[in-house]
Amino acid sequence: MPIDRRRLLFAGLISTYAPRLVLAAAPTERRLAVVVLRGAWDGLAVVPAYGDPAFAGLRGALDMGRPGGVEAPLDLDGFFGLHPALEPLIGFWRQGELLPVHAVATTHRGRSHFEAQDELEAGMPRVVGRADGWLNRALGELPSPADRRLALAVGPSMPLTLRGEAPVASWAPSRMPTPSADLMTRIAALWQQDAELGPALAEGLKAQSMAGEVLSGDERMGGGRGAGAFVAIARAAGGFLAADRGPRIAVLDIGGWDTHSAQGTVRGRLVQSLAPLGAGITAMAAELGPAWRNTVVLCVSEFGRTAAPNGTGGTDHGTGGLALLVGGAVKGGRVLADWPGLGRGALFEGRDLKPTLDTRAVYKAVLRDHLGVDVPAIERKVFPDTATIKAPQGLFRA
Amino acid sequence: MRSGAAIIAANRFGLGARAAEVPLLEADPRGWLLRQIDMPGEVPAAFANLASGNRRAGEYMEAVAARRAAGLEDLLRRNGRQVYGEEAGARFLAAVRSPQSFRERLVAFWSNHLTVSVLRPAITFFAGAYEREAIRPHVTGRFADMLVAACAHPAMLLYLDNHLSVGPNSESGVRSRRGLNENLAREILELHTVGVAAGYSQDDVRALAKMITGWGLLRPNEGGTTGAFTFRARAHEPGEQTLLGCTFAAGGYEQGEAALTFLATHPATARHIATKLARHFAGDDPPTTLVDRLAMRFVETGGDLLQVARALVEAPEPWAEIAPKLRTPFELQVAAYRALGIAPAPDRVLGSLAQLGHPMFRAPSPAGWPDRAKDWAGPEALVKRIEWAVAVAERVRVTEAPTAILERALGPAAGDATRFAVARAESGREGLALLLASPEFQRR
Repeated sequence: MPIDRRRLLFAGLISTYAPRLVLAAAPTERRLAVVVLRGAWDGLAVVPAYGDPAFAGLRGALDMGRPGGVEAPLDLDGFFGLHPALEPLIGFWRQGELLPVHAVATTHRGRSHFEAQDELEAGMPRVVGRADGWLNRALGELPSPADRRLALAVGPSMPLTLRGEAPVASWAPSRMPTPSADLMTRIAALWQQDAELGPALAEGLKAQSMAGEVLSGDERMGGGRGAGAFVAIARAAGGFLAADRGPRIAVLDIGGWDTHSAQGTVRGRLVQSLAPLGAGITAMAAELGPAWRNTVVLCVSEFGRTAAPNGTGGTDHGTGGLALLVGGAVKGGRVLADWPGLGRGALFEGRDLKPTLDTRAVYKAVLRDHLGVDVPAIERKVFPDTATIKAPQGLFRA
Repeated sequence: MRSGAAIIAANRFGLGARAAEVPLLEADPRGWLLRQIDMPGEVPAAFANLASGNRRAGEYMEAVAARRAAGLEDLLRRNGRQVYGEEAGARFLAAVRSPQSFRERLVAFWSNHLTVSVLRPAITFFAGAYEREAIRPHVTGRFADMLVAACAHPAMLLYLDNHLSVGPNSESGVRSRRGLNENLAREILELHTVGVAAGYSQDDVRALAKMITGWGLLRPNEGGTTGAFTFRARAHEPGEQTLLGCTFAAGGYEQGEAALTFLATHPATARHIATKLARHFAGDDPPTTLVDRLAMRFVETGGDLLQVARALVEAPEPWAEIAPKLRTPFELQVAAYRALGIAPAPDRVLGSLAQLGHPMFRAPSPAGWPDRAKDWAGPEALVKRIEWAVAVAERVRVTEAPTAILERALGPAAGDATRFAVARAESGREGLALLLASPEFQRR
């Protein structure tokens, strides 16, 4: 009965490291899952602006035509479409639960994956000596203290989005056998001496114990590799978020978006990541059950890609990109965009979709209108010195 | 081992002491390190039967052609997996058995600096050969030679798409409508040489991309060794180019080579590389005195990596603290098998490295694996290390007392609680599990 032993161990560790978890009152019903799409996904392929007169000419071989055709995008609103590989999400659109946000970007303009991801996740331009994530800073400001430690990174590493002072758990599927509770307790005691590693291990054991409670054996083992593994991870995240005493915030990663060559339309490298993304979000929703009503899934990427294809059937690093909001708490069924157009002269530096919305405006709206964080706390603690970046109104159901 | 310097030499510079190395380490830790780099590198016995990169590239290109002709998708995958298994297994065994483990660490460092990753499935065929041919021969040579060898290797050309890049005004470009691919050029500037701090522009990226157009691979119908590096003059962008304020005369292959050599010896490259080396050998936030020292040696010697490695050993900073670095999962597993004096079954190791989030030759991006504790010390990752340590202790046959292994592997780095727990363990297995799962064993 390893699960029961784990539970015992869990209780033992809590008394040492995290008393708040046992003492916590009933947590919020609001759920947030942030999916970081690493490698810069091509927003103009995922939500094509087929109604823009310059679109087809600019996209060349990457144009999928207008909705209704063979291997064509699904129609959203008569101007924007949805990549057919995201067909699993069209039901959410019809229920008004999908809200694409177009022409969005951080302030980074250097087209470097690594710097742009840092800024996307830190929620501020690179500051020397500062390495915490926007969501970690926000954890300390959640209205109910019970929510503050309820964040979980799902996957083998801790994304910057969640790094920082607030303790955060992480979990990933495992195929390794579980050590006996007795030995694990003695090992954990050794780690208490290590100021750097000890607290992180305690968080890991906590998450693992929770996994024993909320997931079946198969789910704990996960499945597949690469982008394919995302479905298993997203399903597990749904299980965690659904649990009564589970986390309320989860961060997931999916890579494979850096399509410099052979990007393709309905086949090719983009679809290899897009299909698991759609299947993963659907699996997460199924796992959440009634809690989907209170859930927001936010998909963000570090920047967009060049509006036109490059010389090798792909797209290079660009600027304005795409974010997606999906969930029962999203007031969707429309595309949010101050559309800059794709005509000659409208493109940023003559090559990229021009950004018209700061990614942090979306973050701010999620914190204010979905998670109920005080506006002064958002402006002072989470995103200092960003008064000019205004959160759009009405993105979420009250 | 009793001296702190011996433990630092063995664990931080090396990959952990094997039993036979203890007397040498105790006698002269710095000498033990310098001898490894002053002498030529030994080719590991585990590499004896591995095919060359050109041969691997040929196999790959033929498998691709077979897929096109007969839809043999499986063949491509299966062959790639098999080559990957052979290469990664040999690479791990070489690290476990090496009598020159400082040199092995340098190979891993440079291989990570100039990463290719099997996240692009084609790279399964070449990742091992790339490291053996483009990296290993140059770790105590000139950085410029390593950079050119890396950028001209089939693995790097395929990984970052340069084999597809065509100069827009070249003969092929004008005829075929194909064009430039910036991918490799951008990563050379950002990751391999001067770094973002150097403040290059989009024009610099394009200029470099143009200068390395035509660097590609021989296709099956072109004669010669299929998959070998070739320079295609017809795809090379004509004309002179300006990169970081320096003008490069029009030319063929030598134009790209000159640009890479220029970048490899640039002061910003010296700074960028010195910072990464200092972080790897002296701690996550390395002292600027060490960065300055290494950068200066790099500049003075035109990027002579032997002299830079000597400067690391001779500098005081890496010897100041006993174990400031968290071992990566690869380093952890290599150190465990070196301490135990056994060679594991490659299949098992490759699986458990993947479980610990550090699969061989599979870095998440062209930036390679991270080198700071915070990137590896996620809560989940630490639990996995413990599960792994306990599983290894259950499996291996070791007769030596765990307390003796602890003295050799950690010596003065072991704290009292760990010494006590290992000493009073109820069995040898349990003692070994406690040692391998201890926080001290996670560090170097």
